[in-house]
Amino acid sequence: MSKIKKNLLNKVNEIRRLINEPLLLLIIILISFSLILFILFPLFKVIQLSLTSEGHLSLDIYNYIFHHQWLTKTFFNSILLGVIVASLATLIGFIFAFALNRTDISFKPFFRVFAMLPIISPPFMLTLSVILLLGRNGIITRHLLGLKNFNIYGLKGLVLVQVMGMFPIAYLVLDGILKSINPELEDSAMNLGASWGSVFSTVTLPLSVPGIASAWLLIFVTSLADFANPMVLSGKFDVLSVQAYLQFTGMFNMPLGSALAILLLIPSLIAFLFQKYWVGKKSYITVTGKPYSSRIFTVKRSVKYFIMSFCGLISGMVLLFYIIVIMGSFFKLWGLDYSLTLDHFKYSWDIGLKTIKDTVTLSAIATPFTGILAMIIAFLVVRKNFIGKKSMEFVSMLSFAVPGTVVGIGYILAFNKPPFLLTGTGLILVLCFIFRNMPVGIESGVAALSQIDPAIEEAATNLGADSTHIFRDITLPLIQPAFFAGLSYSFVRCMTAVSAIIFLVSARWNHLTILILSETEIMRLGPACVLCTVLIIVVLVAISLIRKITEKRPITTFG
Amino acid sequence: MNKSVKTNQKSIILKNLTKTYKGASGEEEVIAVDNISLKVEPGELLTLLGPSGCGKSTTLRMIAGLEIPDSGEIYLEDKLINNLPANKRDTAMVFQSYGLFPHMTIAENIAYGWRYRKMGKKEVNKKVKDIINLIGLEGLENRAPGNLSGGQQQRVALARALVIEPSVLLFDEPLSNLDAKLRVQMRTEIRRIQRQLSITTVYVTHDQTEAMSLSDRIVVMNKGEIEQIGLPFDIYNYPKSKFVADFIGSINFIKGKVEKVSSSLVTIEIYGKKFTINYQERKLEPENKVLVITRPESIKIKQEENADFFGLVSRATYLGPTVEYEVDINKGVKISIIDYSPKQNNIYREGEKVGITLLPEHLYILPREAD
Repeated sequence: MSKIKKNLLNKVNEIRRLINEPLLLLIIILISFSLILFILFPLFKVIQLSLTSEGHLSLDIYNYIFHHQWLTKTFFNSILLGVIVASLATLIGFIFAFALNRTDISFKPFFRVFAMLPIISPPFMLTLSVILLLGRNGIITRHLLGLKNFNIYGLKGLVLVQVMGMFPIAYLVLDGILKSINPELEDSAMNLGASWGSVFSTVTLPLSVPGIASAWLLIFVTSLADFANPMVLSGKFDVLSVQAYLQFTGMFNMPLGSALAILLLIPSLIAFLFQKYWVGKKSYITVTGKPYSSRIFTVKRSVKYFIMSFCGLISGMVLLFYIIVIMGSFFKLWGLDYSLTLDHFKYSWDIGLKTIKDTVTLSAIATPFTGILAMIIAFLVVRKNFIGKKSMEFVSMLSFAVPGTVVGIGYILAFNKPPFLLTGTGLILVLCFIFRNMPVGIESGVAALSQIDPAIEEAATNLGADSTHIFRDITLPLIQPAFFAGLSYSFVRCMTAVSAIIFLVSARWNHLTILILSETEIMRLGPACVLCTVLIIVVLVAISLIRKITEKRPITTFG
Repeated sequence: MNKSVKTNQKSIILKNLTKTYKGASGEEEVIAVDNISLKVEPGELLTLLGPSGCGKSTTLRMIAGLEIPDSGEIYLEDKLINNLPANKRDTAMVFQSYGLFPHMTIAENIAYGWRYRKMGKKEVNKKVKDIINLIGLEGLENRAPGNLSGGQQQRVALARALVIEPSVLLFDEPLSNLDAKLRVQMRTEIRRIQRQLSITTVYVTHDQTEAMSLSDRIVVMNKGEIEQIGLPFDIYNYPKSKFVADFIGSINFIKGKVEKVSSSLVTIEIYGKKFTINYQERKLEPENKVLVITRPESIKIKQEENADFFGLVSRATYLGPTVEYEVDINKGVKISIIDYSPKQNNIYREGEKVGITLLPEHLYILPREAD
C-alpha cells in the first residue's frame, strides 16, 4: 500500500471514529471555534492594525518606531529589565530550591511558605510596599536614613519588586527539577570519591541546567509582560507594556500602541517557543510521577549558615512587604502622620465595595469554566486522535506566552462591534480570564492524565462507555486533584489580573486591581493598602475553600 | 449456579488483517500485524503466543475495536464488525494492568458495564452477585480496588468482563503481574470458568507454559505474522519452523542430511550415524540438508556402551527433580539433555565421558537454510 494511500486511510479512520461519536465531534468543533475566536482572532486584529497605515498594508508604524530613539529605547529597556530580573530571580529561586531539597538547614517550612507567598499576592503589592518603604516618604529612606532625594522609581525599583515577586516561579520550577533528580546519581558520585562541592558542580548543577533555563525564560516572559509594577514604579525608565497602554488609551494612537504590543509579543513568543520546544526536549528528567526522597548533602557549616541567612534575608523581605501593606491600612497619612485610624477602611468600603463584589463574582464565574475547559482540552490532547489536535494544543498553550497588554488590545479591537460587541460587558472580562488562565490548567491536566494507565479508560470503552461517559465517569474523577489545583490557580489569576483587563474594565464592571492601581497612582496609599489586604484575604479564603473540597475525597491510585 | 450466564457461542474470523504504526522517530512505519487470517471456533480458547512486539496484543486490540486495522476484515460470527465502535462491541476484555476504576468500589467496578446496557437495577444486582460468587469475591464488594491484592484485582477484572455476558472474552497477558504461584492458580481458575461458560475466548500471552496449559489451540506469532496454528501437542512436538521450535521450550537443533526417502519414512545421517524417522509433512529428496530437532528430555544419557554418540559433559546442573547436561558430541556441537530421574549412581560430572542415544520417535525434521 502506498504511503499516501495509507495516510489517507488513517485520516478516514479518524473521521469515522469521530462520526461514531457525534457529541465528541461537536465538542471538538466548539472548542476549536472558541480558541480561534478568543485567542487567534484578537491576536490577528492587533497585528493587522499595527500593519495598517491610512487604510492599507504598510510597515510605516514600525519604521516610525525604529526612527525614534525614545521608542527603540523602550524596547531595549524592557529586554534589559527582563534579562536582569530573570537572572537574579532564577539565582534566588535556585538557592531556595537547593537549600530546601539538598541541605539540612533549619526553618525549612517557614522558608517554603515565603518562597511561594508572592505568587498569590496581587502583582503590584510589592510596588506599594516598596513605595511605603523606600519611596519619597518611605519609612526606611526618609525616616530611618534621613534621605531626602532618594529616588526608587526606575530600573532599580523595578528590579527589586520584580525579582521579589517572580523568584517563586524559579523556585517552583527548580524545586520540581531537584525533586526528580534521582539521588542515587549523587550517591554514586559521592561513592566514587567526589566531595559535596564536586557532586554539586559535576552532577546536580548540570542536571538542573534545563530547569534553570526554563525558569529563566519563564521569568523573562513574565517580566516583559508585567504591567502594573512599571506603571507605578518605572519613573523615566519606559517599558513596552506601559508605553503600549499609554499610546493606545492615553494618546489614542491605536496603531502605535498595537505595534508596541507586537514588539512586546515577539521576544515573549521566542522565549516561550524556545522554552517549550528546545529546553523542554533537553531535559534529562523523565517524569515518573514519583518524586525521590531528597538527598541531604553535608555541606560545610559556613556554607550552610550562608545559605540559611540568605534565605532568611529574602523571606524577611517578603514578610516585611506584607506587614508594611497591612500597617499602611491603619496609618493616617504615610510619611507624615502616623496616628492610627480606620478612615481608610471606611473610604475603601465606600469606593470599593461594588468593585470587590464584581471582581469576586466575575472570577467565580470564570474559574469553573476555565477548569472544565482545561480538563476537556487536556483529555482530548492526551487521549484522543483527531485532525488538528497539535494545533489545538499549540493555540491553547499560546495564550500563556502572549503578554496581557497584547490580549487586552486584541480584545478591544476584536470585540467592539457586532456580531461580537462585547466591550463594556462583564462577559468580555470572563472570556479574557478563561482563555488566559487555561494553559496552566491544561498543563496540570496533561501531567495528571499521563500518570493514569490508559487501560483504565480502555476498560471503560470495552464495557460500553463512549468518550463523553468516560470523561465524566472516569477521567474527571481521576484527575480531580489537578482539576482543583487548576481551579485555585485560575481563581488567583482572575483576582490578581491587571495587564489585559485594564483595557477591558468599564464603569459598570471594574476590577479590584485596577482600583488599587488608580488609588496608588494618585498616592492614596492608605486605601490602596486596605484594598490590597482585602484582595489577599479573599484569595487565601478561596484557596483554602478549594483545598478543603479536594481533601474530602482522596483517591488512592494504584499501579 | 450460573444460570444467569447464558451460553453464547460465536466465532471470530479475521481476514487479511494488517496494522502499521508510525515509528517513534516519525515517518518510519512499523508493521505490527502483517496480513493475518484465522478463525476462532465458537466456544474455544485460542491463545496468541509470541515474543513481545510480535503483534499479538495489537491483534487482540483490533478485535476489541481499540485499534483500527489498516486493512482486512473482522467478523463476529457472520457479522462484519470493522466499523462497530469499541464501546458497541460485544467483546469484553481483561487488561494486563487490569484497568480497574480506582475511584469505584469492587461492586461498582463490576456493575459498570451494565450502565450502558439496558437492564433493571434488580437484575443487574443479581448478575453482579452471581458473578461475585462464581469468581469468589464474596465480602469484597465495598472495598476499593487499591486495597486488594494482585490476585483479587485480577479476579475483579475477570468478573467485570464476564458480568456483561459477552459473546467473546479477550485476555491481554492477564497474569503477567502476578507472582509465579498465583499465576498457576489463576490460570487454572480462568480455564475452569471458561470451560464452564464456554465463551469464545482469545488469550494473549508470551508465556508458553500458560499457553500450553490453557489453550484449545495455539497461534504462534512472530514479527506480525502467524508462524503456526495448532493443538498444544502438535505445536510442541511438530513445530513447523525453527522459530516455533525454539520459542516453545528448549530444543536441540542437529545438522543432518537426507539419505533415503520412502513413502512415510526418511533416513537421515547425523555425524555418521543413521536414523529413520517417520515424516511426511514436506517432500524431501536425498542429499537435502535438514535440521533434526529433538527435545532435551527425549535424549538418553548413559555410560558409554552402545550409544549413538559419545562426548564429554561440558556442563552439568543439578536442579533437584532433574539434572541438565550439555554434552559436546563433535568438536563444539553441544547437545542439551534433561534427565528426569536422576539417581545417585547415574549423575555425571563435568568432564566425564558419556554416551547419548537419540530416540527416533522423538526426532522431527525442519528444512535447513543455507549455512
